[in-house]
Amino acid sequence: MFPFCFEWVWDVGHYLFFGAMWYAVIIISLGMTYCVGKSLVDTLNGKGAGHGDGHH
Amino acid sequence: MTKDNHGKAYKFGMVIDLDKCTGCGSCMVACMSENNVPFKENETDKKDSLTWMTVYKLTNGKPFPDTDICYMPRPCMHCGGKGDHGHSPCVSVCPATATDYGYDTGIVSQIYTRCFGCRYCMVSCPYHARYFNWWDPKWPPGMEEYLSPDVSPRMRGVVEKCTFCYHRYQEARDRAYYEKRDTIAEDEYQTACTQACPAGAITFGDLNNPDHEVYKLVKPDPHNCGRPRDPKAFRVLERLQTNPKVYYISEREWVRKAGDNYRKGEWDKKNMLTKADGQH
Amino acid sequence: MDSALIPEGARRCPFPVFAAGIAVASAVLLWGVYAMGLVWIKGLNQTNMNDYYGFALWIWADLAVIAIGGGAFFTGLLRYVFGIDELKHIINLAVVIGVICYSSALLILAIDIGQPLRGWFIFWHANVHSMLTEVAFCLSLYFSVLIIEFIPLVLENRQLDKVPFFHNLGHNMHGIMAVFAATGAFLSCFHQGSLGGVAGVLYGRPFAFREGLLIWPWTFFLFTWSAAAYGPCFTLTVCKIFEGVTRKKLVKDNVVDLLAKISGWMIATYIIAKIIDTIYWAGVTVSDMGFSFMHFYSDNAFYGVWILFTEIVICGIVPAILLTVKRFREDKKLLILAIVLGTIGVCINRWVMVLQVVAVPVMSFDTWALYIPSWQEVATTILPIAYGIIVLSLAYRYLPMFPQEQELYDAK
Repeated sequence: MFPFCFEWVWDVGHYLFFGAMWYAVIIISLGMTYCVGKSLVDTLNGKGAGHGDGHH
Repeated sequence: MTKDNHGKAYKFGMVIDLDKCTGCGSCMVACMSENNVPFKENETDKKDSLTWMTVYKLTNGKPFPDTDICYMPRPCMHCGGKGDHGHSPCVSVCPATATDYGYDTGIVSQIYTRCFGCRYCMVSCPYHARYFNWWDPKWPPGMEEYLSPDVSPRMRGVVEKCTFCYHRYQEARDRAYYEKRDTIAEDEYQTACTQACPAGAITFGDLNNPDHEVYKLVKPDPHNCGRPRDPKAFRVLERLQTNPKVYYISEREWVRKAGDNYRKGEWDKKNMLTKADGQH
Repeated sequence: MDSALIPEGARRCPFPVFAAGIAVASAVLLWGVYAMGLVWIKGLNQTNMNDYYGFALWIWADLAVIAIGGGAFFTGLLRYVFGIDELKHIINLAVVIGVICYSSALLILAIDIGQPLRGWFIFWHANVHSMLTEVAFCLSLYFSVLIIEFIPLVLENRQLDKVPFFHNLGHNMHGIMAVFAATGAFLSCFHQGSLGGVAGVLYGRPFAFREGLLIWPWTFFLFTWSAAAYGPCFTLTVCKIFEGVTRKKLVKDNVVDLLAKISGWMIATYIIAKIIDTIYWAGVTVSDMGFSFMHFYSDNAFYGVWILFTEIVICGIVPAILLTVKRFREDKKLLILAIVLGTIGVCINRWVMVLQVVAVPVMSFDTWALYIPSWQEVATTILPIAYGIIVLSLAYRYLPMFPQEQELYDAK
């Protein structure tokens, strides 16, 4: 999983497999960080307050 | 081996003469005792017993008086895989790199402390050479004293299999290194089953070395993934291209035929071609 | 009692009735949890698996729930990436089913390994050449995507929505859901495929082995395709069960019809590919290995040609016809027949690709091996069903799972 694991080899298989894996991990975590961050900012700006009647 | 020797790779293999095997089971007993293989209190159900070396009983299916039987000892085949590149059916599927192909020996190893027991390797092996520890290994009181200190016992929940007595290879290699020799001699590294067989049916050695008995017996073709050139020799399930390093010899045609699967008429066709080749 | 949590205007059964239903499902769940505890404490000797059946009921259950949970990724792909807007009325249900199916699959995998405490080795010591490694990575990652798709629905709960941060979070997650859905579809295509690859790469097992493209055997593509095709059948089946149990119409006919039609065409194309694959496998692949087609379907007490016929004709061609022809699809009974057959069909496919693979003798002197699961295996396989019923019931009661519910009620 990491280059310091002793079975790690710098070959095409590892480039492709872990390249795709880390790419997906980064997208998912960046996406969530963005959502949480923006929601915090929105909340601090008073957005969404008084919204409780179930309507959007 | 000396330090500067990168050496030519060994390719350890086994040849079993089925016409000599009497089915006595000494190889199985020797294997279990050598490798600390545990056993169950009740061994009735063989499908979850640990028998690294198993002796199969084959019959020609003919009625008396033509009935003939053959006993076929089956260790791990230490497959070289497709193209003999080391991608054995089991090695390539293990998700945790817990089974490995030794390019210096041709031996397929199992790292017990790395295996987490998914059993994918067992599913991949058509020879049923891999066994799972369904139970905690237990020995009757006092019997622990007989365990070999050279082989680690395995815990419940991991897969194990024949290692070609790899610890014996390590010992021979260490001795050669200590004595500043580059190679190990044929008789320095022999498996427990080979030594235990009273009929001398099992031969073990380096398939890459023309001086070794295994090479002389089957004459493996290095350009054809080690396929035997001797017409009496065969490997089980040759057609699946698993390229095993265990060879069998038999004078009996039905035994050789039982080594693989053939559709109707295929065997006779193959036989005719082989015979025609022999005549030329 | 719990009316403050129920979506406004929604009609739900009285709490005691609901609680009684949950109690029944919980009893079944506890039975499964007990069996799971036994397996974890005493080991896999609690199962009827053996050295012939290294993979058995649990791996089938894994493959089956992931296939029928495939409705989540495929509906998500159609809704968020291809922009088929009508499907927003059924996507919530698809996502909840997906979450249940994938969490169940991960749980079953955790029970199924001999050394559960070493489960993380599959990530840490990953062998990138193993299809199972690909399954583990994509499955876990896709599960996190499903959770992300599920969160906004949970946040729509009446009480949670009152919290400004949660309201904003749900809104913002909706905003970039296409990114998550696209990532999910990518991951899903790979793990559905690699589950097919698990069987397809086994060149020592002629029943499973398939040639393929580059490193991927044909089963890789067939599994992804079949999950996308049959997954919506299960989503629709659950939808119909919901409507039956609640005696309410929850999703409009045009939405059901659209998803059924897409599923139908997917099944039709899949089944053609599957038939071609089967013919090539029988005529070339196993023939070269020295096996006749009937070797795999005779000389044993269970596996006969009937299973192939059921999978391909009864549960493949029949639902494909019923779902693609408008006249049949619009007939309520035929629609239900088609989606149920479709769900069964994909489960049979997964069954044969796990259990028949190991049942078939490969060495000429070997014999067929049949197996009957132990009660512990059965209980732990039923556990996800009870768990699914509980989660679905909770989601239906407290979350706006069916956006058209109110409108359909008002129209009645």
